Amino acid sequence: MTTPRTPEPSFTGDTASPLLEVVDLHVEFHTKAGVAQAINGLNVTLNAGETLAILGESGSGKSVTAQTIMGILDMPPGHIAGGEIRYRGEDLLTMKPEKRRKLRGVSISMIFQDALSALNPVLPVGWQIAEMFRVHQGMNRKLARQKSIAMMQRVGIPAAEERVGDFPHQFSGGMRQRIMIAMAIALDPDVLIADEPTTALDVTVQAQVMRLLKELQVENNMGLILITHDLGVVADVADKIAVMYAGQVMEVSDVYEIYAQPAHPYTEGLLNSVPRIDGQDERLNAISGLPPSLTDMPSGCPFHPRCPYATDLCSAERPGLLPVVAEHTSACHYREEIYNGTRQPREEAQA
Amino acid sequence: MSQPAVDAPQDPFADSEVVLDVKDLVKHFPIKEGTVFKRRTGAVQAVDGVSFQLRRGETIGIVGESGCGKSTVAKLLMRLEEPDSGSVTFRGEDFLSLKGEDLRRMRRKIQIIFQDPYTSLNPRMSVGDIIAEPFKLHPEAKPAQGVRNRVMELLDLVGLDPEHINRYPHQFSGGQRQRIGIARGLALNPDVIICDEPVSALDVSVQAQVMNLLEDLQQELGLSYIFIAHDLSVVRHIADRVAVMYLGKFAELGNDDEIYRMPSHPYTQALLSAVPVPDPRLRESREEIVLKGDPPNPANPPSGCRFRTRCWKATEICVEQEPELIVRPGITQRSACHYASVQAEFPTDSS
Amino acid sequence: MTELNKAHTVAAGEPPPAPKKAKAQEEASLWMDAWRSLRRNPWFVVSAVLLVVLVTMALFPQLFTDNDPRACPLSRSRQEPSAEHWFGTDIQGCDYYARVIYGAANSMAVGVIVSLSVFVIGVALGLVAAFFGGWVDAVLMRLTDLVFAIPYLLGALVFLAVQSERSVWDVSLILIVFTWPTFARLMRGSVLAVINNDYITAARALGAGPLTIMRRHILPNSLGPVVGYAAVFTGIVIGAEATLTFLGVGLQLPAISWGLQLDEAKSYLQQLPHLLTFPLIFVALTVFAFTSMGEALRDALDPKSKKR
Repeated sequence: MTTPRTPEPSFTGDTASPLLEVVDLHVEFHTKAGVAQAINGLNVTLNAGETLAILGESGSGKSVTAQTIMGILDMPPGHIAGGEIRYRGEDLLTMKPEKRRKLRGVSISMIFQDALSALNPVLPVGWQIAEMFRVHQGMNRKLARQKSIAMMQRVGIPAAEERVGDFPHQFSGGMRQRIMIAMAIALDPDVLIADEPTTALDVTVQAQVMRLLKELQVENNMGLILITHDLGVVADVADKIAVMYAGQVMEVSDVYEIYAQPAHPYTEGLLNSVPRIDGQDERLNAISGLPPSLTDMPSGCPFHPRCPYATDLCSAERPGLLPVVAEHTSACHYREEIYNGTRQPREEAQA
Repeated sequence: MSQPAVDAPQDPFADSEVVLDVKDLVKHFPIKEGTVFKRRTGAVQAVDGVSFQLRRGETIGIVGESGCGKSTVAKLLMRLEEPDSGSVTFRGEDFLSLKGEDLRRMRRKIQIIFQDPYTSLNPRMSVGDIIAEPFKLHPEAKPAQGVRNRVMELLDLVGLDPEHINRYPHQFSGGQRQRIGIARGLALNPDVIICDEPVSALDVSVQAQVMNLLEDLQQELGLSYIFIAHDLSVVRHIADRVAVMYLGKFAELGNDDEIYRMPSHPYTQALLSAVPVPDPRLRESREEIVLKGDPPNPANPPSGCRFRTRCWKATEICVEQEPELIVRPGITQRSACHYASVQAEFPTDSS
Repeated sequence: MTELNKAHTVAAGEPPPAPKKAKAQEEASLWMDAWRSLRRNPWFVVSAVLLVVLVTMALFPQLFTDNDPRACPLSRSRQEPSAEHWFGTDIQGCDYYARVIYGAANSMAVGVIVSLSVFVIGVALGLVAAFFGGWVDAVLMRLTDLVFAIPYLLGALVFLAVQSERSVWDVSLILIVFTWPTFARLMRGSVLAVINNDYITAARALGAGPLTIMRRHILPNSLGPVVGYAAVFTGIVIGAEATLTFLGVGLQLPAISWGLQLDEAKSYLQQLPHLLTFPLIFVALTVFAFTSMGEALRDALDPKSKKR
């Protein structure tokens, strides 16, 4: 039996196009309380070997974005109101469900925050990794077992040969995360979506797992979409970043640019409010107030009740996600002034 | 601390009264087997010889990864668990020998703030009743101005609207609930507040608000904090002195500059190097020490130095002799490492 | 102090926290909370109306019929339902409608006595077992396992069969003896689910004693599922009483009960089906009313079902 390194090319797209291209994506949730906008026109491109971070606090809609791209969004209540998600030039949203399902787990795959609940507790981990090969590549048991041992070694599990028959609960949190990564990359996907992959882990283990992800990314030339709330992790690994707040994309930019010159008051506020390991003991510049509830959104810009720069325009009209400079978009009426640092906060906000 | 070195940073609390004096605290949790007749088959050494002094107005941070015993220290200091040995002296009084009425009276002076704002408030009680509960349990501490007035004053103090006294916890957000928990902790005018991961469940933008509140309250009320957290950046921001904990013992204890700028214990160095900094420009310059493996089982810790199984400096002496937590040559803080040195001396070839 | 306070309120500057709908006085106590969601539950309304009728029937049967259930002239025996005798008459010539109405009292009595008793026993034992843990828990739980191992109908059958005189109290007592473990276990599980919450730890840290903690923090948060099940269980017991009586080991003549009526009707199934139909409908309605009431209560009292 031949075992091609890459899975059956169930899909032959245009290799000249970007790996993944999200064009003007709109997602809504239809609930009893009304229609909640979850994604308001996201535009972003992911190339092979690149890392896109989607940053946001709880309830910001960052996981919805991941689920929409992966095609596991619950519909209803979710509803894709417009836009395209192009994988190698072909729109995933209009693709036949059969064809799209074959991409899932093979070309586009995902890892989750909680490995313990993502792995089946009653099956040995080796069996679970081997299943990927058996189901998608029709490999026989023996060969699949060998491959899964190889995968476990590749993600850095010591004594993989002895541990292939162990169950998920017999591994530590970091090791379980590695096993889930092994499953996700088993079939050499082009795009890997990582939803808070290190949030449940300790800092030294987080560093190990992030390093592993980076290594695998370089090795396989994968595009990585990293969903996180951690500004530090983003700064460490991302190339591009989309900042989300209250179900809206606030800013999309290159990562170096956004940390140096944010063009949205929310991004600026986040960067100022996070305590830094290399920082001084100054008082933190907290963003005042609380995120709004998705069913009771403020009028206009969702951030305006907490924004030190807000004017009447902000409560009246929702700003679109528009370019500030090339490849840097912001959903703020005053994006250029914020970007240039020329806008002054309102007086009462300064006090 | 011992002899001050030449460039030893000034301790601003050197002249303050010692509020809490903790010596050699030990807590081992027995591991039992069998359902009806339980046999003791071992013990998890959760806390194994922890000593420190807390002064008035000071914040001591305890950092460490999950399972290192930092939360057990909190429970022991609250007498929610009884230590196996060691002593805790509160303002000259032996806290651990107190019983009954004396213990109840003393509980007024040491209070705790919990991590999870969703489980730390009784959902069936109004906010007013929750904050008034301390007065019900300590009738002798009933405020002269009346319980209700005092509760409203406390709500105001933690930045909540006193008019919301009759609301229930589910009507508040996570950050606001944490403020309610703080108000309950402050009700009896304690001297010491143990903060057990008080901001780790909160979103970044709300976390900064709560940290600022804790700092303001400390300033105004002269509180001493024991701040337990896994987030090194948060601890750096709020703590005056920091203890780094590993497998039930302090690895290093010093003021925040000593620990964060000149760490001397390999574990501290590894821990600090693993924390991502929210600045992409530092990506290249950061030298990350990636530790091998997971922390050992606390029921069966390594001989000698507990960190030696993951340490790149470990030699014979580390296996045989347990390093004491003392001031060592070349450093000003106390370090439990035979090879304590401000230089990491990390071999560049290994990873 | 005031200056600092202002600084906080400005710095924190939090908007009114709760959604606007929530009124400031909105109660979250166990019962107020439950009541709000119950009012909107159609099943609750239906079962509540049914229960009110049935309970009135049990307490004041004379409100429903002028006929004496014990006035049984043989001359009018075995009549089909008619305008005069809505449910017909039985073998002895008693007005069957009156007998069915008067039968409610005994069936309800058994149901309520058993339910209330096992509720109290179960809550007490379950609470003690879960709160104190250790050997207290071990001993209590082995005891419940022991009783649990005997199917309650079988147990009741055996113990009631050896008694020659069986009153409402005798039947109730035997049912209590064999059914309390369900409640003890349910309560224990419910307490274990709340006992590790930080608000319990917070109360301990403040120096609250076991009784205070149980009363103020554990009971209000753990009683919900048990209360709901108690109502469901009342229906089950009423069914069980009818079953035992039908099998000849429950209540005895001259008592009037649905079980006894069913027992009597079984010999005339072919000729007089109405003798079976009417008491059966009442048993079914009562069981249904209690069961759906219990389900509604359980949903309303379960904090997890609440949308946050």
